[in-house]
Amino acid sequence: MYNAKYIIPGLIIFLGLVLFPFIKGIGQPELKIETEKPKNVKECVLKTEKMRDVHMVLLNEWRDDVIRNGKRVYTNEAGKQFNMSLTNTCMGCHENKDKFCDKCHEAVGVTPYCWTCHNISPVKKEGGK
Amino acid sequence: MQRSRRDFMKLAGVSALGLSAGTLGFLGQGAQAADALPTATDFAKPITAKQWAMVIDTAKFDDALFKKVITACHAYHNVPEIPGKQEIKWIWTDEFHGAFPTERPAFLADAQEHRKYLLLCNHCANPACVRVCPTKATFKNNEGLVVMDYHRCIGCRYCMAGCPYGARSFNFRDPQDFIKDMNLLYPHRTRGVVEKCTFCVEKLAQGKMPLCVEASGGAMIFGDLADPKSEVRKVLKEKYAIRRNPSAGTEPSVFYIL
Ligand code: SF4
Ligand code: SF4
Repeated sequence: MYNAKYIIPGLIIFLGLVLFPFIKGIGQPELKIETEKPKNVKECVLKTEKMRDVHMVLLNEWRDDVIRNGKRVYTNEAGKQFNMSLTNTCMGCHENKDKFCDKCHEAVGVTPYCWTCHNISPVKKEGGK
Repeated sequence: MQRSRRDFMKLAGVSALGLSAGTLGFLGQGAQAADALPTATDFAKPITAKQWAMVIDTAKFDDALFKKVITACHAYHNVPEIPGKQEIKWIWTDEFHGAFPTERPAFLADAQEHRKYLLLCNHCANPACVRVCPTKATFKNNEGLVVMDYHRCIGCRYCMAGCPYGARSFNFRDPQDFIKDMNLLYPHRTRGVVEKCTFCVEKLAQGKMPLCVEASGGAMIFGDLADPKSEVRKVLKEKYAIRRNPSAGTEPSVFYIL
């Protein structure tokens, strides 16, 4: 191989850099985030695990369905129907954005701008903006 | 006549149902309206049309009714009250020459001259705003409503330049601080997006009439322009009505009985 003495160390350094976050994570305790669950409701639109993974995808689909296709009712796997609304359905149960949404978003460093327009809990107004 | 009257009664029934079904959060008491959150069942019976349209009976309006109608819309939709040039308006009033700049009656009758006219987005059949929007944030839906997808608005304001009726407002700053009594059931807008009247697309989806129409007590009539049996068509058949700036070729769907 041409220039093996450059390429191989280069590759090793590259791999080291790429894998660094994973190597550093070995042996670390699992990231646990305590969120406050809705008090009066037991079931979400989707199963908890699934919701954790795809809520942003779901919200994106809801947005297109409601605004662009005029479809406003969502039927989940169990056949239960929901009004496709972040403000009214999601924030209606999750009364406290600070203790639920923000917890994870802060831990993973994302700042969704949903709440620059969508009001937090129509059920109970808390925490100002 | 008989037939369209029955249609009207049906519609009136639906509106009355809508009223009683609790618009509790109506004037910004969203916080107390826990049980008024719209659920899937509220959307079970939407009313639909090919081209929604409105007829405004201008003689029936006085200042009090203007105020009532405008407040009904602005309070529910969280339209901020910003004085001066940065004003946001979904529905507003103007005098004759401002409202109908292309009608040039030489000696306008006093009644019409001194009257104010209720203005809003015309939900044009051939909307200029849709044509010029580069992101398709403004589009015409399958019910003839000119809707805005605020998520996609980049604030370029082409639509404002395109609309011959001044029906759109731009948020120069965060509107949140200018909304007195926030209705938590309805989102507000953010800095950098354009906003306008939606013909209450979210109410129609619940089988209810637009808020301004409800508040007008019969001075505004709403229905399907494509349906010859609809209430708007019935009124238009009986009374002479004009539209704002028809020469712009946008085919406005709001009609004015003078
Ligand atoms: S009145 Fe203006 S904003 Fe409304 S649909 Fe017509 S062109 Fe568009
Ligand atoms: S139709 Fe709805 S959004 Fe439009 S002016 Fe009337 S109340 Fe406001």
